[in-house]
Amino acid sequence: MVDKIIARAADAVADVSDGATVMIGGFGTAGLPDELIDALLDQGARELTLVNNNAGNGDTGVAALLAAGRVRKIVCSFPRQVDSWHFDRLYRAGRIELELVPQGNLAERIRAAGAGIGGFFTPTGFGTDLARGKEVRELDGRMQVFETAIHADYAFVKAERGDRWGNLTYRMTARNFGPVMAMAARVTVATVHEVVPLGGLDPEAVVTPGIFVHRVVPVARRSTQGPATPPPKASP
Amino acid sequence: MTAPRPWTRDEMAALVAADLFDGAVVNLGIGLPTRVANHVPVNREVILHSENGVLGMGPAPAPGQEDFDLVNAGKQAVTLRPGGAFFHQADSFAMMRGGHVDVCVLGAFEVAVNGDLANWHSGTADAVPAVGGAMDLATGARRTWVMMEHRTKQGEPKLRHRCTLPLTGVGCVRRVYTDLAVMDLVDGRLQVRAMCPGLSLQALSAASDPALDFVAP
Repeated sequence: MVDKIIARAADAVADVSDGATVMIGGFGTAGLPDELIDALLDQGARELTLVNNNAGNGDTGVAALLAAGRVRKIVCSFPRQVDSWHFDRLYRAGRIELELVPQGNLAERIRAAGAGIGGFFTPTGFGTDLARGKEVRELDGRMQVFETAIHADYAFVKAERGDRWGNLTYRMTARNFGPVMAMAARVTVATVHEVVPLGGLDPEAVVTPGIFVHRVVPVARRSTQGPATPPPKASP
Repeated sequence: MTAPRPWTRDEMAALVAADLFDGAVVNLGIGLPTRVANHVPVNREVILHSENGVLGMGPAPAPGQEDFDLVNAGKQAVTLRPGGAFFHQADSFAMMRGGHVDVCVLGAFEVAVNGDLANWHSGTADAVPAVGGAMDLATGARRTWVMMEHRTKQGEPKLRHRCTLPLTGVGCVRRVYTDLAVMDLVDGRLQVRAMCPGLSLQALSAASDPALDFVAP
């Protein structure tokens, strides 16, 4: 019988080794798998490479991993935020390596890994500092830059509902990087707020099929918190 | 002759909004462009795309009704209009890169007359860099428009012969809305579409990079 449900987050991340590459879903706080990050903090693996859109907010989650000196390198698109003080300090001190990737290239490089594609040409970034040293080619009348796949040992994603085969649905914009990261890792761990019996998810509406998911951890529902410091107020 | 009266930020937003056609799929960048959403004429259906994975984005929820699983690219709580949809990051940037988004409106530090855009890096050496979706948005949409003040707070022109700051995209900008004028970038010249009240072409030229060549409306 296939049963990917694991009751405790600690058990789901127990085999992460030092030096592992870990993808972490989320855009800001939406879709961040807090319970798995906290479990990884307790678990103790060091010299990690993290792949996440951001580089931690406030003092918890990804920022706590950084603050604890557990991260050697981060691959992300938007590290600088009003509340990214741990990353900012480590970066300025030269104590963390940053690979800065345009957000769409980040998503597509992750997707490529999951789809078994070694690399691709994209117009994004051509002629900018982020394409320096990369192969370029004119295709379809546009200059394009060669980008390679990003693989990971683990992907931690936050989903909404799941079953014991690992089929997943998400909640609104918390979906963000979850589906592509789930494809790109050797081991994908997903948190869900609700475990349903097989057949309990509408097969037409499954977003991540269970083939991409290895461990499903039920977690209590908590409302997603906004940024630690509110962003500037939009016009009325 | 009366002194020129530069457009306010809301007037600039209204000018951009008036140029969005019925049925357009539009991405509004963080900052000044976000304001455009408030000025889309009624009875004109404009579908807002946000690169974190939503089409059909609606206005901010009432205070107390925020759900931070439903946010825009600025990580502010938003709502979903009937007909809206969610999708993952690779699909979201495929919409952008694949030319499916009609218009992207971005803020900028600098725009060059050849369409080069600089809006991601302040150029200072100790700045912590962050690019987000800026490069993908600049090069992906079918039309990239920029909305910015005509000059910096220090009085430097932001519209230039060539950008001095690190580039976000090469030759990508088609139109610029400033507090002084609306201009199309055509063959190395600025085709003026509109000017703020009381402004002459000579005054616009005088307020700009001297190397720029303006063409009267």
